Amino acid sequence: MKRILVGIKRVVDYNVRIRVKPDGSGVITDGVKMSINPFDEIALEEALRIKERGGAEEVVVATVGPADCQQQLRSALAMGADRALHVQADGVIEPLVAARVLLKLVEKEQPMLAILGKQAIDDDNSQTGQMLAALWNRPQATFASKVELSEGKARVTREVDAGLETLEVDLPAVITTDLRLNEPRYVKLPDIMKAKKKPLETLTLSALGVEQKQRLKQVKFEPPPQRQKGIRVRDAAELVEALRKKGLV
Amino acid sequence: MTSKVLIVAEHDGAKLNPATAKCVTCARGISGAEITVVVCAADAGAVAAQAAQLTGVSKVITVENPVNAHQLSATLAPQIVALAGAFTHVLGPSTTFGKDLMPRVAALLDTAQVSDIMAVESPTRFRRPIYAGNAILTVEVEGGSKVVGTVRAASFEAAAAGGSAPIEKATVNAELPSYTRFVSVSTAKSDRPDLQTASRVISGGRALGSADAFKILYSLADKIGAAVGASRAAVDAGYAPNELQVGQTGKIIAPELYVAIGISGAIQHLTGIKDARTIVAINKDSEAPIFEVADYGLVGDLFQIVPELEKLIG
Repeated sequence: MKRILVGIKRVVDYNVRIRVKPDGSGVITDGVKMSINPFDEIALEEALRIKERGGAEEVVVATVGPADCQQQLRSALAMGADRALHVQADGVIEPLVAARVLLKLVEKEQPMLAILGKQAIDDDNSQTGQMLAALWNRPQATFASKVELSEGKARVTREVDAGLETLEVDLPAVITTDLRLNEPRYVKLPDIMKAKKKPLETLTLSALGVEQKQRLKQVKFEPPPQRQKGIRVRDAAELVEALRKKGLV
Repeated sequence: MTSKVLIVAEHDGAKLNPATAKCVTCARGISGAEITVVVCAADAGAVAAQAAQLTGVSKVITVENPVNAHQLSATLAPQIVALAGAFTHVLGPSTTFGKDLMPRVAALLDTAQVSDIMAVESPTRFRRPIYAGNAILTVEVEGGSKVVGTVRAASFEAAAAGGSAPIEKATVNAELPSYTRFVSVSTAKSDRPDLQTASRVISGGRALGSADAFKILYSLADKIGAAVGASRAAVDAGYAPNELQVGQTGKIIAPELYVAIGISGAIQHLTGIKDARTIVAINKDSEAPIFEVADYGLVGDLFQIVPELEKLIG
């Protein structure tokens, strides 16, 4: 079956104002709204569109994390994914561990594509997709803003520093998504009801044979240094004068 | 203890990307570091010569192979891995090139990656921004494993030229996959300074209202020798091309002067300009969050103010 695997991550919603815990042990997540990482939502949307165009037959969504992640998997099912895989794990899951989990899942599911967000907006690592591609020994096309599939291949336009780069990759491949790839759909209430009946399978790291190694010790979290509040100028002339004094114009 | 640092050069076949010189400065912050730069290219001569001049570099290695004419991570990663054995650290820039390549290297080396290094605390301890720069995390690489990292260019000055490191050719024995092929790259040609390295940047937001209106920014930018940037909203609306986007998912920049025009200042945008020396905000909404970080704020109609500025500066 032509299948797409989409990796998603539960993160603090992008609208939440982040506050560091006073003891520096992390950021405050208690009582904070959690969502699917926005880039992963774009990944799922792309997979659904490919399926709707007849380019794939099944979209499987997967995540690794604590039991609460099932809320995000249910949201993904409501968006239109056919089934969900939840790999249960508590504590810090580093990108390399997530990639090893996804490797086990691609070996099991044999997808033609694995699509992930280009980065998670919590740790901002931007690693998991590339690591999966490396471990899987398959092509990667990161920061995608356009994906076109043909027989056994994908042509992917990437947002790079220089502009737009186009790559052709053989399938199966890993794609990570940038913001302008698509606009994810809104979920409708009947879809939320239907999602409750869709299959959600729970797996464990040990059953997959993946060790939850933590190689980076998180020593300390701190708030960033704040910029000094500046001054208001009345008009363009006053602004130019101030910048001239500093030698900036 | 000496650290042996390998820096992966970013280049376009002719020119070394300035982000590489910033990686060198980051590496010099690792005590006792011996710094090697590797240039993988079809013809590495010109780029290697530039890398050899960077102060602090003790050696440049070139890996010449026709497949390196295009810098594809799938083919570069096995080559870097083949060379990595002798090194304690492997660093690349936190540009789209380095972000794409380095995790692939890290995974093949079975090690974690430290993304966006903004400060070096010790050879194994680094500070990096998370949550769009709303928190700073200090991490320690444990277990004596190799350190693989990307360097946040905006946090470091470029290493100066003036050195003359020896250049050595290397051959690597690695199987290179052919499952990824370069098709094309499109870049808007511009005589303006590069956004990532410019000392002055004029940026526009959604309030500009059209691609045509962006012309008043280009005109002002040319007057003061500035690069032009844009907010995500402006790029999404099609007023400016994607390579001009500044912010969490665009470019992170640290110019001497940043002028935000018609940009409200979403957190995701502010994270891209936090290291700017002086920030100027021009916006008609006096409550816009951009004014919280601006050194100079001017409330008013940008379509009036921008031409005025141009006249006053001219």
